[in-house]
Amino acid sequence: MPPLVRFFVKTAFLWLVLALGLKALALTSWGASIPAITPVSWHALFVGWLTQLIVGIAHWMLPTIPGARRERLRGDERVMWGVYALLNAGLLLRVISEPMVIARQEMALWRGLLIASAWLQWLALVLFVGNSWLRVRPAVKRGKRG
Amino acid sequence: MPRLSVWYVRTSFLHLILGVTYGALILTAKAAPGWGWTWRLFPCHIEQIAYGWMLQFAMGIAFWALPRYLQTPKRGDERPVWAAWALLNLGVALLALGPWLRTDWLRWGGGAAELLAVILFAAHAWPRIKPLGA
Repeated sequence: MPPLVRFFVKTAFLWLVLALGLKALALTSWGASIPAITPVSWHALFVGWLTQLIVGIAHWMLPTIPGARRERLRGDERVMWGVYALLNAGLLLRVISEPMVIARQEMALWRGLLIASAWLQWLALVLFVGNSWLRVRPAVKRGKRG
Repeated sequence: MPRLSVWYVRTSFLHLILGVTYGALILTAKAAPGWGWTWRLFPCHIEQIAYGWMLQFAMGIAFWALPRYLQTPKRGDERPVWAAWALLNLGVALLALGPWLRTDWLRWGGGAAELLAVILFAAHAWPRIKPLGA
């Protein structure tokens, strides 16, 4: 398993733990009073865990690009490191800024960070699709798995 | 990767792009007054991410990766799986458009299309869930 894939999968597990931790916290009376804890925990689960796991495993398992140089078999690795950084930075920013936007409506900083978090995650997934699109293709050679 | 899986996975990518675009607009609305109209996209966001992206991607990969038969066609009859692809995307489209559809029966039709899609796919996949070489 390539190092980048290990980063995706291990980080996905960290988000899974955080998501269930937030869910458990939301079940307490104190936790339930934290603004936006429910949408934040859902997105930690669906973006941080599930989507990140799919992205990581897809990067590993999708067909490689025939005839590409060894370092280009899975597309541009730098783009996928960017996907990793943007997805996690965006989601982390959301976890912090969404409750703050509700608690401190008057502060433009938190509103700006929340908007940034939305579009960082968007950019990450658009880049993932862009890097993976050409790898999703019918098998080229007879006799190969496909 | 078989052509059918290519269609499933690439269509799931299109739903992912649309679904996260709607999600980003809705999240923007939480911080920007005047963007409240984006909440009308919420059903589209849920449908396209949960079913258009995640379910469809899983189905496409499953058709590719599940154990194959010893005789041809190695992955069995593809026709129900093509039908499942068409029904799933029809269902997602109808349910995503739910807020704009004036008639309930179109939304019920969307739900029924999704249900039929997963039944067809499960019926295809069921006998392929077996030991390798069996």
